[in-house]
Amino acid sequence: MKPLEILTQALELIAALAAAPLFLGWVNQCRAWLQNRRAPSIWLPYRGIRKLFHKDAVIAENASPLFRVAPYIVFGAMVVAAGIIPSMGTRLPFTIAADAIALVGLLATARVFLSLAAIDIGTAFGTLGARREMMVGFLAEPALLMVIFVASIISATTALPAIAENLATQTLGLYPSLAFTAIAFTLILLAENARIPIDNPATHLELTMIHEAMVLEYSARHLALMEWAAALKLLNYACIGFALFLPWGISTGTGGPLSLLASIPLLAAKLTVTGAALALIETISAKLRVFRVPEFLAIAFLLAVLGLLVHLLLGA
Amino acid sequence: MLYIDSSMRACLALLALWALIGVAGLLRPMSVGFVGRMLFPLGALCGVVLAVVAATSIGAPAEQAVLKIGLPDLPMHVRRDALASFFLLLLGATSAGISIFAAGYFRRGQGTAPGLMCLQYHLFLASMGFVLLADDAYAFMVAWETMALSSYFLVTTQHGLPEIRRAGFLYLLIAHVGALAILLSFGVMQGGSWQFTFDAMRGAHLTPYWAAVAFLLALFGFGAKAGLVPLHVWLPEAHPAAPSPVSALMSGAMLKMAVYGVLRVSFDLLGKPEWWWGLVLLAVGLFSALYGVTFAAVQTDMKRLLAWSSIENLGIVFAAIGLGIVFHGVGMNSLAALALIAALYHSLNHAFMKSLLFLGTGAVLHSTGERNLGRLGGLIHRMPWVAWLTLVGALAMAGLPPLNGFVSEWLLLQAFLFAHQVPRTFVNMILPVGAALVALSAALAAYVMVKFFGVIFLGQPREPALARAHDAGLLERIGLIWLALGCLLLGLLPTYVIDTLRTVVAQFSGALLPSTGAPWWLLVPLAGRQASYSAPVFLIALASIVVLTALLVRRFYHHRVRRAAAWDGGFGRLNARMQDTAEGFGQPIRHIFGAFFAVQRELPSAFDSAPRYGVVVGDRIWQWVYLPLGTLVQRIADSFAWLQQGRISTYLLYSFITLIALLALML
Repeated sequence: MKPLEILTQALELIAALAAAPLFLGWVNQCRAWLQNRRAPSIWLPYRGIRKLFHKDAVIAENASPLFRVAPYIVFGAMVVAAGIIPSMGTRLPFTIAADAIALVGLLATARVFLSLAAIDIGTAFGTLGARREMMVGFLAEPALLMVIFVASIISATTALPAIAENLATQTLGLYPSLAFTAIAFTLILLAENARIPIDNPATHLELTMIHEAMVLEYSARHLALMEWAAALKLLNYACIGFALFLPWGISTGTGGPLSLLASIPLLAAKLTVTGAALALIETISAKLRVFRVPEFLAIAFLLAVLGLLVHLLLGA
Repeated sequence: MLYIDSSMRACLALLALWALIGVAGLLRPMSVGFVGRMLFPLGALCGVVLAVVAATSIGAPAEQAVLKIGLPDLPMHVRRDALASFFLLLLGATSAGISIFAAGYFRRGQGTAPGLMCLQYHLFLASMGFVLLADDAYAFMVAWETMALSSYFLVTTQHGLPEIRRAGFLYLLIAHVGALAILLSFGVMQGGSWQFTFDAMRGAHLTPYWAAVAFLLALFGFGAKAGLVPLHVWLPEAHPAAPSPVSALMSGAMLKMAVYGVLRVSFDLLGKPEWWWGLVLLAVGLFSALYGVTFAAVQTDMKRLLAWSSIENLGIVFAAIGLGIVFHGVGMNSLAALALIAALYHSLNHAFMKSLLFLGTGAVLHSTGERNLGRLGGLIHRMPWVAWLTLVGALAMAGLPPLNGFVSEWLLLQAFLFAHQVPRTFVNMILPVGAALVALSAALAAYVMVKFFGVIFLGQPREPALARAHDAGLLERIGLIWLALGCLLLGLLPTYVIDTLRTVVAQFSGALLPSTGAPWWLLVPLAGRQASYSAPVFLIALASIVVLTALLVRRFYHHRVRRAAAWDGGFGRLNARMQDTAEGFGQPIRHIFGAFFAVQRELPSAFDSAPRYGVVVGDRIWQWVYLPLGTLVQRIADSFAWLQQGRISTYLLYSFITLIALLALML
């Protein structure tokens, strides 16, 4: 392990942890502007997390230890995921331990613990949220796997940094199959991060909510960890998208420390544009009924499978 | 002390010991203490020794012998090779955990007397072991039928209840239809030599047509045992009917005998399998996987749910074998080895996970008397040992890293993923869809496990009687811990398991997965591909971040906690009836996969004084296959009914005519 590799790994982890609430704040700010509202401060998510950490935790009387452990596991899973996904450089020593399939497994672990914790108190909202979350999950997870498979087959590897490096260093790789999967991935990103049209992050209307219903019983530091984890998840998904579809500018194997330094503003630029695009999608679309969600995700799944078939049939 | 120089003799001696332990149960058939505290732990010890002997013998060359037992002039041939050793290891290791659990489980004499049950149980174990060692059709069928019959008696332990007798009958019926198909398959494989030893079958050169017939008959026969759709109907009936340790043994070990049978027939007895057989297996396996897991998601009986989940897992195992056969048939040896390793690995994983979950339900059933998910809930507070150990099994079954279920699915997906150079365009197009179906089944398995664990152990108790639930006893805990430890170790040390499986697969199929020279902590399936996974590093990373976060939060902020009533959005007046039921949790699946289910709804009208709401999810296979088949048999029987006159003179006339006809034929 060279010092540069360790530096890249550490930098990515710290940047992800620190920037996740900022990215969320940016999306919220853009959304407010697009909806003609006065935007909240971009630092608001940080203040929220800080405030929550200072409060006394109130836990339901019948909460089991699982309920108290779950926020740490969900948060830990998202941090580990941030360590796998190449956002600035592709030389990440940790990724030898977990490839893209393991990343999907890791995200599933977080989802399962979040859902189990939601069931634990035994409230109507919690179980409803858990059920819906698992419904979204069982359709989104294989779709995400299919998206990753297309990129894996193109690059003949399931290691995410190797995929990103391969796609970034090709002279001009324009794959129709990747176009299909990029659309599929966008749909998955919206669904997995509880954004409109699947879920509304700002709502507390019981008929529609998924993510908010699950964390309803959490307070103080547990809630802070859950919210931080949710922000990390959004950032992680954005970075998966960059690694698969927009890897340009990432510091690859041949680049020195300078290229790593150069990749930071580029990542910031990508995130800025993505955040604005996300806010735009959320503003111009309406929330779907819960029963339409499977159709939405089935489209994502089929698009990803179609991308795979296009690649195998046309070799493109 | 008898000196045993061959591991096969050691295995045979252990199987005989199992049978002896069973017979010893008849000495004091009514004594729970003697049977439970003495014989079952002894059987568990036998299982551990068998697992150790089998594990050490995997690398050894095959051994053969002739046993002078059975009919005169028809001795039994036995043979132990790496494939048999692997499945003996699976049998021994799983049964050890189940037997020690069973030692604490059978408390009062319910139904069958404990001593008799001990006989049936240990005969069941011994016959499964003998299935693996048999080396001629005669010995194999005797062992196979002993296995079916002893398990039938175990399933019908509570024979006082009519629905249990019905479930047992269905099981026996399908077991025998399957056994007939296997017998016919052996008949084809002897290839005109009329020698029924497996050696003769290996030497017989069948035409491709007859080889395919033999394979399809074997697939039908073993598929009936493995519960492949549409021969799965006995599984969701028999598993809930049996006592939990028996369900665990049937699901964990007996279903794997079918996996063994298919591997033995297609790779060993028939020589080289054709590549299109693999496609048949792949299609049947994937359909079973998806069908099984969707039905598991809508069940309301916890053991029935697990039975459907077994159908799913066996489907995945058969799909992996099918993939291996396709690769093997087109000469892609290292990928074939990878797929077959995934199949064996998943068999071993499933044996541990499913036994663990079935024993968990057994402990719940014992302490609450309830199998219906709608009457459980909140048991993590009353039964913490059972709950946390079952959680390990549920997470493993959901295919989450770093537990064992993830490893075999990862290997299978890797095999699917690098399959795009099969020299058949048609296959190339099918395989990605196969990978998609595996991914979908795995994701649905996570849904099923959240429902299973969440509804039983989390939330509020749905019945007041659950407050009296008690945790499992010491012996039961040891059994659960053994199996949970198995899940953990199989997940954390995959390289050792794969090194062993590499030998097994190379010996029975000739396909060798080249060693990649990776260190023990790193799993690299194929050299030259950048794909790796390291469970220990993964676990250490996750655990250290979790612990570090917890410590930092504790260090920099306070860790004060107040307990209060659940907030529930400020609604208050929360009661257990407001939680999701098992039906409710399955509702999205019922909605999305509506085409699979025959749903019967009972909806109350607005004027009902005692409104009732009910949903019964039925299996369409019954309507489409079994009921028409039953009608057909009935019709054929009816059309011959006129032969039956009820007069002895007529029957004598039939005999006379038959005799004349036969004489005419002979002369």
